[in-house]
Amino acid sequence: MDISFKQVNYTYQPNTPFEHHALRNLSFTISSGSFVAIVGHTGSGKSTLIQHLNGLLRPTGGEVSIGPYQLMPGKKVKDIKVLREKVGVVFQYPEHQLFDETVKKDIAFGPKNFGVDYEEIEKRIPPILDAVQLPEELLERSPFDLSGGQMRRVAIAGVLAMDPSVLVLDEPTAGLDPRGQKEMMDMFYQLHNAKGLTTILVTHSMEDALQYADHVIIMDHGTKYMEGTPEDLFVQKDKLQAVQLDLPEIIQFLRKIEDKFQVSLPYEGQTISELGIQLKEHLKGDVTDE
Amino acid sequence: MSNSLIIGQYVPSDSFIHRLDPRTKITMIFLFVIFVFFANSAASYAWLTAFAVGIALATKIKIPFILRGLTPVWFLIIFTFILHLIVTKDGDILFQIFSFPVYSGGVIQGIAISFRFFLLILVTSLLTLTTTPIEITDAIESLLDPLKKIRFPVHELALMMSISLRFIPTLMQETEKISKAQASRGVDFKTGPVKDRIQAIVPLLVPLFVSAFKRAEDLAMAMEARGYQGGEGRTKLRELKIEKRDIFSFIIFGLVIIVLFLLRV
Ligand SMILES: Nc1ncnc2c1ncn2[C@@H]1O[C@H](COP(=O)(O)OP(=O)(O)O)[C@@H](O)[C@H]1O
Ligand SMILES: [Mg+2]
Repeated sequence: MDISFKQVNYTYQPNTPFEHHALRNLSFTISSGSFVAIVGHTGSGKSTLIQHLNGLLRPTGGEVSIGPYQLMPGKKVKDIKVLREKVGVVFQYPEHQLFDETVKKDIAFGPKNFGVDYEEIEKRIPPILDAVQLPEELLERSPFDLSGGQMRRVAIAGVLAMDPSVLVLDEPTAGLDPRGQKEMMDMFYQLHNAKGLTTILVTHSMEDALQYADHVIIMDHGTKYMEGTPEDLFVQKDKLQAVQLDLPEIIQFLRKIEDKFQVSLPYEGQTISELGIQLKEHLKGDVTDE
Repeated sequence: MSNSLIIGQYVPSDSFIHRLDPRTKITMIFLFVIFVFFANSAASYAWLTAFAVGIALATKIKIPFILRGLTPVWFLIIFTFILHLIVTKDGDILFQIFSFPVYSGGVIQGIAISFRFFLLILVTSLLTLTTTPIEITDAIESLLDPLKKIRFPVHELALMMSISLRFIPTLMQETEKISKAQASRGVDFKTGPVKDRIQAIVPLLVPLFVSAFKRAEDLAMAMEARGYQGGEGRTKLRELKIEKRDIFSFIIFGLVIIVLFLLRV
């Protein structure tokens, strides 16, 4: 489903002393099947933005379209439930939403609410467990007996079980150890490719944005600050630092190399090992020149 | 977050009223609540209203915001008015609504009682609008201090109060967050048959309780780790102090009350 924001505004608690303009005049489009990263400083409006994607919030100005659904001020969406089934949202610390007696019941909760029949749910569960790397033995356990990392996987499985075509992830790796973070991001990337999902990732990590996203939107104080491919955005050091964002480590490293050896190594999405080879050739080239 | 109900919501500012000692404010409101019942003439009501409105203006909070925050109680005020209109049978019959005779005494009673009600709610909401929960707790602990002599657990009571007050916003945020998460999984809290809506509360309540217990445990552990052992010998970070402005306020308040008694009939 294509997604578009047209001059969207969102104000929390309008006409009170606590009035807060969380989104201002925000416009962008996300084409179906793309992997988009939304980055920005804390409080820049990322979570507010994503709550528009399944109609939890309605814009107070402008228009949001998600496929055939339209969100506008003062107009209720009729089949909001269908929209919520299509757009799966994994909130920050999703393990807080677990409540049912067993892991299995909790995973089945979403699809059951959307009227998916029992057999279909049974069929969906094994491949999802596989994807989130949870052993089947856990299905009959209470979700509250699991480790923090496992609980998060159960919560994510609960969203995946809805079989959404748009997957929205709000800082899904916050609070995990580095290895868990990488595993989880790899898992989302695989799902994205395998199922042809449209994935929208809110993240603090410039590395993740660089590695997985094909389009990046940078938010600042509720407005869109920059937008483009990661390769284009992440080389503009000064502009990024103006909104307290760092360059991804790999690009910082390239910059240092360039300074030190007086070579020019433009970033074109190379992996570390490709870069290693390029660098070696460059340096060798220098030697033979002398 | 609830947008309409402002009772219990603090609005930061640096007004004279905000800076008063919370004990001054609580004492004066307590006295005001008593003295409202002494008003018995149009002039005395007008006088108290002028005083309350004067304070409301002095808080520097926008008046429409204060009034809008009272929306949930408007209903009660109007209800009180109508009740008195119907029930009271003093004075002359003024007119009839749906064959109910309306007496002049009823109109006067209705206006007087609903005005009283309005004044009480207005001044108490002014207290919570201009005083942080922590200040209120400190003030209550200090005002109840004499009760310690009869072994009344004043400190513990104040601690319980401040912890509850501290966690109300957290709990509200958590409620909002979890209900959004469950709504994203297809729970419908707002429409559908009542039975379904009651069932929809379970996926909300269980996570809330789980996190509240976890928070309580964390808090107890953190307090113990920092050597908390009850009120005995404990000093305060924020000392309450009566300033010139508090004495000034009491003098003004005294004058207001004297005038009130002069305006009584
Ligand atoms: N329920 C709310 N009521 C009032 N203000 C809010 C609410 N939720 C978020 N905000 C404010 O909106 C701004 C954007 O918040 P958010 O979208 O959560 O940012 P981010 O996810 O980028 O950290 C913040 O300044 C925050 O304080
Ligand atoms: Mg956020």
